[in-house]
Amino acid sequence: MSAAFAVKSTETRSSPPPAAQAARSDLAIDCKIDKLFYGDFLAVRDSHVPIEKGKIVGFIGPSGCGKSTVLRSLNRMNDLIPSFRFEGHVHFMGQDIYARNVDPVVVRRHIGMVFQQPNPFSMSIYDNVAFGLRLNRFKGNLDERVEHALRRAALWDEVKDKLKNNGLSLSGGQQQRLCIARAIATEPTVLLMDEPCSALDPIATRRVEELMLELKKDYTIAIVTHNMQQAQRVADVTAFFSVDISQGGRTGYLVEMGPTEQIFNDPREQLTKQYISGQFS
Amino acid sequence: MATVVDESRTTTSADLGRSWSDARAVTNTLLTVGAWLVALLAAVPLVSVLYMLIVQGGARLGLELLTELPPAGFEHGGGFGNAILGTLVMVGVAALIGIPIGVLGAIYLAEIAPDGRLARTTRFLAKVLTGFPSILAGVFVYAILVLTMGTYSALAGGVALAVLMLPTIVLTAEEAIRMVPRKMKEAAVGMGCTRTQTIWQVMLPTALLAILTGIMLGIARVAGESAPLLFTALFSNYWLSSLAEPTASLSILIYNFSSMPFDNQIELAWAASLVLVLIVLVFNILSRLVGRPKV
Ligand SMILES: Nc1ncnc2c1ncn2[C@@H]1O[C@H](COP(=O)(O)OP(=O)(O)OP(=O)(O)O)[C@@H](O)[C@H]1O
Ligand SMILES: [Mg+2]
Repeated sequence: MSAAFAVKSTETRSSPPPAAQAARSDLAIDCKIDKLFYGDFLAVRDSHVPIEKGKIVGFIGPSGCGKSTVLRSLNRMNDLIPSFRFEGHVHFMGQDIYARNVDPVVVRRHIGMVFQQPNPFSMSIYDNVAFGLRLNRFKGNLDERVEHALRRAALWDEVKDKLKNNGLSLSGGQQQRLCIARAIATEPTVLLMDEPCSALDPIATRRVEELMLELKKDYTIAIVTHNMQQAQRVADVTAFFSVDISQGGRTGYLVEMGPTEQIFNDPREQLTKQYISGQFS
Repeated sequence: MATVVDESRTTTSADLGRSWSDARAVTNTLLTVGAWLVALLAAVPLVSVLYMLIVQGGARLGLELLTELPPAGFEHGGGFGNAILGTLVMVGVAALIGIPIGVLGAIYLAEIAPDGRLARTTRFLAKVLTGFPSILAGVFVYAILVLTMGTYSALAGGVALAVLMLPTIVLTAEEAIRMVPRKMKEAAVGMGCTRTQTIWQVMLPTALLAILTGIMLGIARVAGESAPLLFTALFSNYWLSSLAEPTASLSILIYNFSSMPFDNQIELAWAASLVLVLIVLVFNILSRLVGRPKV
């Protein structure tokens, strides 16, 4: 299991950090960021974000504080940006996903992602959902898995008669649920969601939220949201990030993280209190 | 100040009608009419060429054109089936060479190393090559293929056309791949696609129609070329039986027949011109059809 995403076994365990063994077993992902850079720009610093199994973790904070950056570093999506640099570690399934012998492609097959803008592929609804399964050379009953994923994404009844239609022909809310179906079809361990509802109307938003609560039984979810009510409705644990402008830059960092209940009713930090009561400047 | 404003506000009968005499209106009219005239002028050669072709070439259109061989000196009748076949075969050879190289090159330029020195050089050369005198492509292939093979051939003709077709395909396909929205690429990477899978399974299918448009334009560009074929395929009065022998083409047939002193041949040259224009037109229309976004 722990070797699941090693590229080459020839690389003889060059850098297994000792912390790997000490990792808490109740964590799906243990993310410890020292510094995240875009080129010379220090985007995020000193943030320890442990993500417990089977929980929904909400990331909140003012715009530009690095929520997306942190979320995308959890499945190495930031590798797409050539200037990005990561210092720290992200433990997942007993390994640091930033270790040199880890293949980011395999990491992403275990940690799925749903984006802010719905982004179905320009192919049929069926093929969209089957995409990841085919990628993984899934041998079982494809129809069954596609239907299952669409049912879980609460989309089946709306599309079951038009599975051959292009995914882009659906409404925005349906497209987003299609993207969720696509992401869960391969049954990843963790689901990352970056403001998944920001392009949706309140009704579609509610459906996606219900869906997250339903998915929580099997998945660990990390979600970025700008919507305080949404964080309170869905997140078990909330992480509040803020921007530090003291050293001239605009560096984001984790202010505090705890049970959503506590963050919203009894925050430890003054900054958190100000932000959730809307006094943030 | 205030009084000025008030005055204009209270004017109840401002003249809002068109005035034909003030300077602005006159310039406007002149420029509009001028633009019309120039546009009309630009259309004159095109329309008159088409008109001539239809009048002069239409008379001879018939099935025997497709099935018969070019007539000799004083013969009557005949056709140019071998030239049509030759043109299609050489365009086909060009496409077979130009499409894979062009599309792979475009993938490199758009996705693999867009800012590398090789990419910048290639892009620049491709742009230069789009305006390349086509006869030079013929001379080039003459030197590397005709001389080494010891014969003019359909293959050499096809290669010369491929050289001309390549830049169009590379540049349009690169543009097409670049136009694929970033979120599509992110979706693919997020699903755990390798770079190769991202390109082949998501980006290329998304860009497919735009790439096809470029291919059709590339084909339309070379189908009517004569200069490069003069040095490479030459001509033949017989049906094509091998890629390694001189081959007839419509453009060279037009060139040959139009300067002959026989009415029959001159009529055939007109008919061949019409057929050639129709072939080019078909690819142009196809490029528009496939490129049109479907809803
Ligand atoms: N590709 C990039 N290149 C350079 N800097 C970037 C890049 N992406 C983000 N940044 C910078 O990193 C910082 C954090 O950005 P990020 O997108 O993570 O913020 P965010 O908290 O998600 O904001 P929002 O709530 O507006 O989405 C910002 O200052 C941003 O300008
Ligand atoms: Mg963001």
